[in-house]
This record gives sequence, C-alpha cells and structure tokens, in this order.
Amino acid sequence: MKDTIYRSHILICTGTGCVSSGSKKIKHELQDELANKQLLDEIKIVETGCHGFCEKGPILVIYPEGVFYCQVKKEDVSEIVDEHLLKGRVVERLLFKEPTTEKSIPSYTDIDFYKKQHRIALSNCGKINPESIEEYIANNGYEAAGKALTEMTPEEIIEEVKNSGLRGRGGGGFPTGLKWQFAYDSESDKKYVICNADEGDPGAFMDRSILEGDPHKIIEGMIIAGYAIGADEGYVYVRAEYPLAIERLKKAIKDAQDLGLLGTDIFGSGFNFELHIKKGAGAFVCGEETALMASIEGKRGMPNPRPPYPAAKGLWGKPTNINNVESFANIPYIINEGSEMFSSIGTENSKGTKVFALTGKIKNTGLVEVPMGTTLREVVFDIGGGLTEDKKFKAIQTGGPSGGCIPEDYLDLPIDYDSLIDVGAMMGSGGMVVMDESTCMVDVARFFLTFTQSESCGKCTPCREGTKRMLEILNRICEGEGKQGDIALLEQLGEHIKETSLCGLGQTAPNPVLSTIQYFRNEYEAHINDKKCPAGSCQELASAYKINIEACVACGQCVKVCPVDAISKGDGKYYIIDEAVCISCGACEKKCPVDAISQG
Amino acid sequence: MKSLEELRDLRKKVEKDIEMRKGLNKPKIIIGMGTCGIAAGARNILKTVMEEIDKRDLDLEVTQTGCIGMCEKEPLMDVQLPGQDRITYGNLSTDDVKKIIVNHIINGKVVDDLVIARLEE
Repeated sequence: MKDTIYRSHILICTGTGCVSSGSKKIKHELQDELANKQLLDEIKIVETGCHGFCEKGPILVIYPEGVFYCQVKKEDVSEIVDEHLLKGRVVERLLFKEPTTEKSIPSYTDIDFYKKQHRIALSNCGKINPESIEEYIANNGYEAAGKALTEMTPEEIIEEVKNSGLRGRGGGGFPTGLKWQFAYDSESDKKYVICNADEGDPGAFMDRSILEGDPHKIIEGMIIAGYAIGADEGYVYVRAEYPLAIERLKKAIKDAQDLGLLGTDIFGSGFNFELHIKKGAGAFVCGEETALMASIEGKRGMPNPRPPYPAAKGLWGKPTNINNVESFANIPYIINEGSEMFSSIGTENSKGTKVFALTGKIKNTGLVEVPMGTTLREVVFDIGGGLTEDKKFKAIQTGGPSGGCIPEDYLDLPIDYDSLIDVGAMMGSGGMVVMDESTCMVDVARFFLTFTQSESCGKCTPCREGTKRMLEILNRICEGEGKQGDIALLEQLGEHIKETSLCGLGQTAPNPVLSTIQYFRNEYEAHINDKKCPAGSCQELASAYKINIEACVACGQCVKVCPVDAISKGDGKYYIIDEAVCISCGACEKKCPVDAISQG
Repeated sequence: MKSLEELRDLRKKVEKDIEMRKGLNKPKIIIGMGTCGIAAGARNILKTVMEEIDKRDLDLEVTQTGCIGMCEKEPLMDVQLPGQDRITYGNLSTDDVKKIIVNHIINGKVVDDLVIARLEE
C-alpha cells in the first residue's frame, strides 16, 4: 500500500472476456501514458474481474466519477488520459450507447443492462482487484467468516442457511442448508468440503467469472461451510481450461494463509481449515458430484450410484459437502445480512438471485444476476437489449445441454427452479442462449445432444447407447432422411434414457430434444414430411439460390465467393446459378450489393 | 488472524483506499488542470489536497477540470459541499489550500478573501 491516497482509480477489466478483446495491451499502454505524463502517483490502475458486459469489452471504469468506457482500443488510451484524467472532460465517443435509444450513458449504474440486476454473488466482480485481499477485506470481506466462527455455533449457521431458502446454484436446486445438515449429522473424525467449479455447459461462464473476479468470496463461503459441518479440509475442483481462475484462486489462498484466514486456529476460534485446488481435465461428467470425487481421488471420472450420498460417504469414504461456486458465493451475504434479508428476494420457493450467462442472438451478451422471479422477457429485452438485427424472437434455451428450449409464449414466465421445470427446461447452472427465427430447432437439439453424447462417460447403457441412437436419428432428420415414426421413437427413447440413466448427465440429456419436440413439433414434421428446413439452416434441406436477372448488375462478386463454382455468366448482362451444383450456403446472397439473390 | 477485532482493524486501514469507488454524496474539490492551470502550479495544489485528505482522514471527491477561461487567476480550485453553492478560489498557494480545507471543507466556512466566483446550486 502507498502512503498517500490516489485522486483517481482506473478499473480495467482483466477477466477472460476482456483480456481476449485486448485489455492487457490497454493496461500497458495506460501505464506508459501515465508514466509519460507523470501521473503514476496520482492515479491508480486496478485490474478487476469480469463486469459481466463482455459484449462491450474491454471495459474501463474511472472513479471517482464512475464513468464507464466500453470497447476501448489501444489508440484511445492517450485521449482518455489527456481529456479525462488531465482535463476532466468525459470522452463522449467511448461511452456506452443504449441500443434502444442510441443515447450515450456515462455512468455504470444508469445503463439498462445493470439497472435491473441485483448483484449478490457478483457484488465485487468488476469493483475490486481480485488479487488484493486488502480490497476484499475493505469491502467487508471475511466479516461473515469472522462472525460465524466467533459468534455462531455450527447449528446456528446451518439454521440460518436453511432459513435463507438458498438452493444449489449448480442446477439441481437442492436446499443448501439441508445438505449441510446431512453432512453435519454424519459422524466422522474427518470430513471434507468441496467447491464444484467444473463448469462445463457450452456458453456458461458464471463460475469462472466469480473465481476470477472475487476468489476470496468462495474461500470465505467454504470456511463457513467447513466450520458448520465440521470439516477441516476443502477442495476446489476447477477445470484446467480456466488458467486465470486457477492463478487468481491460488494467489487468494496464499494471501488468506498469510493473514491466518486459512490454517490453524482461525480467528482464535480453535477451528482449522486448509484448502487445495484440484484441476479437472475437462470431462463434462466430472461436474456430477460422485464422478467429481472419483476424479479427486485419482480415479477415472465416472459417477457412482447414490445412495450413499456424499454427505454420508463421500471423498475417500468420508462425509463430504459439495456445493457449486455460486452457492458458496451467496453464503457470506446470508451470514452478514441475515437469512430474512436474503429470503426477501426471489419467489416463494426460489430465494435470492441467479447469475445467468446470456448469449446467442442478443445485443447485450454477458453475465447478469437477477432476482429469482424476473421474467424471461425482462432478461432478454430489458437487460439483453433485444435481438441482434431486431430479428424475431423464437426461443430461449436454458440449462445448457441438460435444459430445454422455451418458446415465445412463455416469455412472461417468472424464472425460478420450479417454473422452468414446469415448461420442460431447467435452471441448470445458468446458461441462457437466445435464438431467433433463423435458428433451426432440430439442429439446436442435435447440437446439444452431440455434446452430451460425446461427453457420456459410457458407464451405463441407457446414456451410452441411447444418446447415440437418438443422435443418429437427429442426424438423419437434418440430412433429409427422416422417416415416419422418428418423432415417436425419439420421444420413447428420450423417456427411457431419462428414467434409467445412472447420473444427472444421462437423466437430462434428452431434454433439449424432448422440449423442442414439445414446442416445435411442426419443424420436425417439416424436416421429415416435406424435406424442408423452415429456418433455412439445415444445408442438405435448403433449396438452391436464384439470381433475379432483372436486378443483377453483373458485378461478379457472387462468383468470387461461391465455394463450389456454381455461378457462371449468362449472356453478359447477368449471372446465373446452377441449381444442381448450389449447396445453399448463402455466401452469394450476403455478398450481392443489389439484393438480387434469394433462396428458392 | 486471531480475532474478529484484528480483521476489523485491518479493514479500517485498507478501507480508505477504495472509498472513492462508492460514489456517495460527498464534498467535492475540482481543480483546474488545463495547460494554464498546470503551468501556474495546479499539480502542487492537487498534491497538497491529496496530502491533506490523507492526513486529516477526509472523505471527499477530487476531480479535475480543463481551462474555464480565467487563466490569469490560476491555479483555480472549486469547492462544493453537498447541496451548497460551488465556490471558486483563485490565485492559490499551497498554504491557501490548507486554509480552505480547514475552514471551508471541515468547518463549513467559506474563505471569503480567496473567493473569485460563486456558482449557484
């Protein structure tokens, strides 16, 4: 720490999203520029975790004004330093522009994307330097752990967590307090706490962002859990594909050890707790708790039948409590603010907030944390800013490969664990993929099933064989070889796999197929009966492109982009497409300057 | 960390460092940092302000602004207490700054002999 305080802080996001859009370069440029202008001892550069608004990265926030600059480029840095930091003038052109109103908005808190959010798990992300334990402590960090260890009994903590109504954020939605109770009730000389950070859903990155942006919060949650259930050792199981998260977590663990927040006799309470990181090799099935424990033990990551549940017989046969990253991230809040405060947020059976990774055909992609009970419409249109190119909304996929697709009719559905299951989807870990009219629902189902099929560990037959057969049928349908009875066969197979699979992976794998059949049966029928893909996305079923010779200006650009040389010159004034050769890729349509090319 | 008190003591020490990111309704000091201001010594003024804040443990927001056209009166510094008029002080020395901070910011009394303008709230 420096003796004098700074007049200004520049917060630069160095989460994975912003780093890949170039934030490290900007940081270096800033450093050089500040050094040039001799401002280094007046202005502090702070690296933070993810702000959630990855779409607009790299993101820069300058305090005390709280001005939010987005999509900053290296070339913009000198202007920011000259204008903002030296002269106090906001650089208008780098402000965020609301897609709906085109208005520039200088302050973080006034942007629609953030206005409807309620941040508990993400409260520090983007606001503090994740590599500084001091900043975490300054923001009330470790207060909850201190309070829990010195002023509360394990029973009181478990009661508090139960009363809060917190349910597992990894997707299952099992009450966290009850889980802790089971682990507490199991008698043993040794118990474990595990944090499940094996985030595997395509497109989901909330756990990564929390670990990268606020690793101490997870450590604090785990200390409290360890004390509550009587465990003195913990593991964070995090996939090796998250190098930055691992690096920051490692530093956080070391800093906590140095301050005596991990180790022996924490807060003078007599409680000891140590924490390890276990890197996973990236198998999707290792997110399943029994497979995860097998992996920590050094065995092949495969699930085991439950019971016995981990709370009775878990890691190395000892009682173990496993929670997801986001679940742990809610614990300090619950202890500090009380269960009543937490349970005042959300719906009757789903309390608190949920973080979603919003992706797909949407304007503001990113990480959002909203109270349970927020409607899908609010998430998609108010926070997400609506669909790209203002196309028509078709469906939203929640819950990743275990989830389902929800059609437009349910846009006003309040999001909670139960409502999503009622419509054939699920909360999952919080992936949300928005689809527009150009998305083929059969193809979407095929995409997710391809993922689960290749990630199936192969231990039980229904999942190993069943998903393969389902995928074969879907491939056939998408290639125009669908047969009568395929839909019924898919439904029958799906139901069987759900009922008879060993673990959650197989039990939920058919969901994307079943929910798309439920809501978009007509698309399946069009593929099978009419050999047509209504969305025009399945290439084998798409009809050839044609050139309107009246409109064609014979510029020849379509010829250059055609990958199969299907386009040739007519009588000098226009071009024509050979329908037999055309593969309907659409490249020529996109290139045509006069919109003379269309399908069919 | 052997007690909760130890944690709270540490927090008190480190809190100041991130105070400015909370953005509450605080007294504000605005320093003219245009070319004219800097040439007239605004950087020393700013430095003194930061030192005083640190020394006296004050909670205020410091920002900077460009030239406002009164170049001959630089260095300029504006002080605005929440809900009150924005007072512009000019021709400042670092000693003047200390006086303004004690009288105006801490005790709420405008230092009349240094005032060159008053912007009504």
